[in-house]
Amino acid sequence: MNVDVLEDERHHRFVLNMGPQHPSTHGVLRVLLELEGEYAMSLQPVLGYGHRCHEKIAEYKPAKSFMPNTARMDYLGALIYNHGYAQLLEKATGIEAPQRAEYIRVITSELNRIQSHLLWYGAYLLDLGAFTPIMYSFDDREHILDILEDVTGSRLTYCYYRVGGVCRDIDDKFIAGTRQFIDRLRSRFPMYEDLVNGNVILQNRLNGIGDLTPQTCARYGVTGPLLRGTGVAYDMRRAEPYSVYPEFDFEIPTETKGDCMASFLVRFREMEQSLRIIEQALDRLPEGPIMAAKVPKKLKIPAGDYNSSVEAPRGELSYYLVADGSDTPYRLKVRTPSYSNLSVVSEQCAGMLLSDVVSAMGSLDLVIPEIDR
Amino acid sequence: MKSYFSELFTGGWSLILGLKVTIKSLFSPIVTVQYPREKLEITPNYRGHIDLVKDPENGSHKCITCGSCMRECPSDCIVIEGEKREGVKGKVLTVFTLDFTKCSLCGACVEACPTDALDYSNEYELAGEARSDFYFDILKRVEERK
Repeated sequence: MNVDVLEDERHHRFVLNMGPQHPSTHGVLRVLLELEGEYAMSLQPVLGYGHRCHEKIAEYKPAKSFMPNTARMDYLGALIYNHGYAQLLEKATGIEAPQRAEYIRVITSELNRIQSHLLWYGAYLLDLGAFTPIMYSFDDREHILDILEDVTGSRLTYCYYRVGGVCRDIDDKFIAGTRQFIDRLRSRFPMYEDLVNGNVILQNRLNGIGDLTPQTCARYGVTGPLLRGTGVAYDMRRAEPYSVYPEFDFEIPTETKGDCMASFLVRFREMEQSLRIIEQALDRLPEGPIMAAKVPKKLKIPAGDYNSSVEAPRGELSYYLVADGSDTPYRLKVRTPSYSNLSVVSEQCAGMLLSDVVSAMGSLDLVIPEIDR
Repeated sequence: MKSYFSELFTGGWSLILGLKVTIKSLFSPIVTVQYPREKLEITPNYRGHIDLVKDPENGSHKCITCGSCMRECPSDCIVIEGEKREGVKGKVLTVFTLDFTKCSLCGACVEACPTDALDYSNEYELAGEARSDFYFDILKRVEERK
């Protein structure tokens, strides 16, 4: 895309490219900024640098084979993307995953969510100029990666769920390790409070920056912690309960101010809620098979359209599948949360100081491969 | 004026609290590992690229050249060829290659295998300089392995 010559009134503005290789965009996102001095008067995200045609690929191969691709859309919430897709195909074909598999899915998904939030926590503070916290959050995150690696076999782009269950059973080692991790992370929260959340520099950089209202969020389709930071307790795990989530007792953390601090606190408190879910799921873990008894080798999807939504770490993730009766989808549309969350920046950040743009964009917790999929 | 000083005090105190945490961890054990001089043990459940399993009965592999893995692979990265040989029942495997540049480690091939001839390797240090470094000859690997 070419940069147009600015018209008369704007001729004194300075056009700056933030990205596609900018440390605070964590990927190949390019934002065109029009600056007046230190103020960003208009922002325009430019997408497409990491586009890999995932939705088109889905139309060319059997629906079952698309599972590894879902993990590559959002590399931080790979298991949750797996979950949504497995659930979509189960809905379409009427296969039901056994209870134990659903519990395992919930446990591993929530571990994945904490892992994503911990990475965001470190990386966001890194954007804001604090180098130390990422060392602490990566230390904790490493424990989750080890736990998940032991059961799924990979560390980041998991392909663990299958249509009708999960591919490996969890063992006592996994359960013991997870319980140990829950205790560990709980004991670390006060440390994070001291190190980061109470810090005066952080408070000054986040309070009152990037205000969002529920109305703005509704207009742009903003979901996840950003929306919950404006006071709307909208979480797919409660709004449209899926899997075995209705059986667990957990809160949906909300804040009312809608600024960067609000979404920061919401994400931080969500980690605690995820720990609660994992704890309950481990307590009630039923015995039994981990795969449905009869999953056909060639998975024929009856003609029609199907939808499945899950709560990804960044917001609502939806798969929409149109099938024509064969084993290959006619069309697969993925609604990724980061895409909608990004669209709000041009309104949210207009007129902001450049350094505040970094904190506002960081609070969106963008994962670029998910936007460009 | 009063609020200015109280802000200064609470702000300063928050910085001291943060420093307490960092000073505490200065004297706590080191958590990082000096890779590659030190290496952590990798879990046996780690899923690396596929490998043929050594069959203890005949010292070779269990592949029957059915081609299930080749068909099941979503990325078409496995190539199998076999031939009929006199005096041997069924087909004999002659080519088994994996194009690891395309493999996404989904495990569909391992799950599709009717004779459990495939398993994941435990190798993770797979950096290479050329594309050809990632065309693995799986058959050669199993023959070389003791």
